[in-house]
Amino acid sequence: MQALGQNLVFGILVGALYGLVALGLSLIFGVTKFLNVAHGELVMFGGYACFWAFSLFGIDPFLSFPITMLLLFLVGAILYKVVFSHTVKFAEETKIKNTLLVAFGLSVILQNLALRFFTADERGITTSYFSTAFTVMGIRLPIIKLASLVIAVVFLIALQIFLKKTYMGKAIRATTQNWEAASLMGIDIHKVYLISFALGTALAGAAGALVSINYSIQPTMGLGWTMKALIVMVLGGLGNIPGTIIGGLILGVTESATSFFINSNYREVAGLVLFILVLVFRSSGFFGSKEG
Amino acid sequence: MLKLENINAFYKEIQAIWNVSLNVQKGEIVTLVGPNGAGKTTLLRIISGLLKPASGKIDFLGHPLEKETPNKIVEYGISQVPESGKIFTEMSVLENLELGAFVSRARKEKDQSLERVYEIFPRLAERKSQMAGTLSGGERQMLAIGRAIMSGPQLLMLDEPSFGLAPISVERMFKAVEKINQQGVTILWVEQNVQACLELAHRAYLLENGQIVGEGKGKELLSFESVRQAYLG
Repeated sequence: MQALGQNLVFGILVGALYGLVALGLSLIFGVTKFLNVAHGELVMFGGYACFWAFSLFGIDPFLSFPITMLLLFLVGAILYKVVFSHTVKFAEETKIKNTLLVAFGLSVILQNLALRFFTADERGITTSYFSTAFTVMGIRLPIIKLASLVIAVVFLIALQIFLKKTYMGKAIRATTQNWEAASLMGIDIHKVYLISFALGTALAGAAGALVSINYSIQPTMGLGWTMKALIVMVLGGLGNIPGTIIGGLILGVTESATSFFINSNYREVAGLVLFILVLVFRSSGFFGSKEG
Repeated sequence: MLKLENINAFYKEIQAIWNVSLNVQKGEIVTLVGPNGAGKTTLLRIISGLLKPASGKIDFLGHPLEKETPNKIVEYGISQVPESGKIFTEMSVLENLELGAFVSRARKEKDQSLERVYEIFPRLAERKSQMAGTLSGGERQMLAIGRAIMSGPQLLMLDEPSFGLAPISVERMFKAVEKINQQGVTILWVEQNVQACLELAHRAYLLENGQIVGEGKGKELLSFESVRQAYLG
């Protein structure tokens, strides 16, 4: 019973991280309808930013979040301006094909840049408190995992508040629903695209920092995380922000349960099976709207 | 107030608008009528900046609009109620209205604008926390119009606002537009249903196949009606 509890808790902790990784991608996709398949590489860079801040400057990985996020925000803004803003001009079909192609090319470039400058060595962070854990009702809760959960939830809430209460946030939601109507309101669509892209990338950076804290990082880790983000997005409903975190939790718990009840080798497969099932039976995701 | 000169526009390689010139004076209600596919919606999209003309000039209060971005055009004072309203269904009535006041000029006067909208459309005040997607057709159109006037426009353009509405909703909507005009907003109204506009409009243009084929005021509108009936039986 205790092992099951441990497993479930672990699933939730991992799930929250999955949700955060997907959050940025969901935001970008919802607004611009671009599927940035280089998202995992942006997560990877966030991870490296956190790692280098720690190993070069001794900044605690939990304290370097603002730096990482600011850095990735700028990266996202530049990427949008230089690369993606040009694909917006095309008609629907060409736009989708071109953005996927461009994003794929971008992921290859980013991977190779990382390999060139950071080497292929796996990097990990360890501070004095990294092996500390609370034990509650026989279940071991490592402090870094708890902190990561808290951070993921904080970011989700912060994003929700931003989207609901600020004028830019409302502009983003309006653009997600109907960009033409949004531009008739006087909303500058290019600005909304730019901010969404930059913000989504900053969130990828935050997720990357959590990945470098909880796991290790290396230049080719991106694809795996992009896949997780895609699965979570489908589970939660495309472009649905709150659904994304729940989608993440569902994936995390499903993986853990599969690992526990069946075999740990089937962890990854579980997520993919769930992905296929949802696409077949409820393609708008558990929480998506009918248009999803 | 608004002047279009020799506007030509294309959708890909197909020419949709041929040498269109028209003007709207301050305080008028001008209606643009014509059959389906004549290019009326296209013309409104061009004025709003959603489609760029291949050639020609658009002047609004001294501002050239042909190359402007849609959001700038709203700032200048033109607001459009697009075809079928295009309200934000996943947001509440109030949020929709607030978004109407997005431009900085309108944000400061948001509360007064809201009062004004509620006064013209009391139903919206009752439903302000409701999700816009749950409104009836007539209410959605009211919301679309209310949202459009939240930006404090000098020119309000409506694209077939009576489309798909029950007669009683159409009547209410017309009264509202009349009231808005009386408050000083110039109106450019696109309609397929000419009869609906006859009483209200000061002047009318007839658009067919992307070209202006007629212009008239007052009683001349009636002769348009007979022309239309001759065309369409």
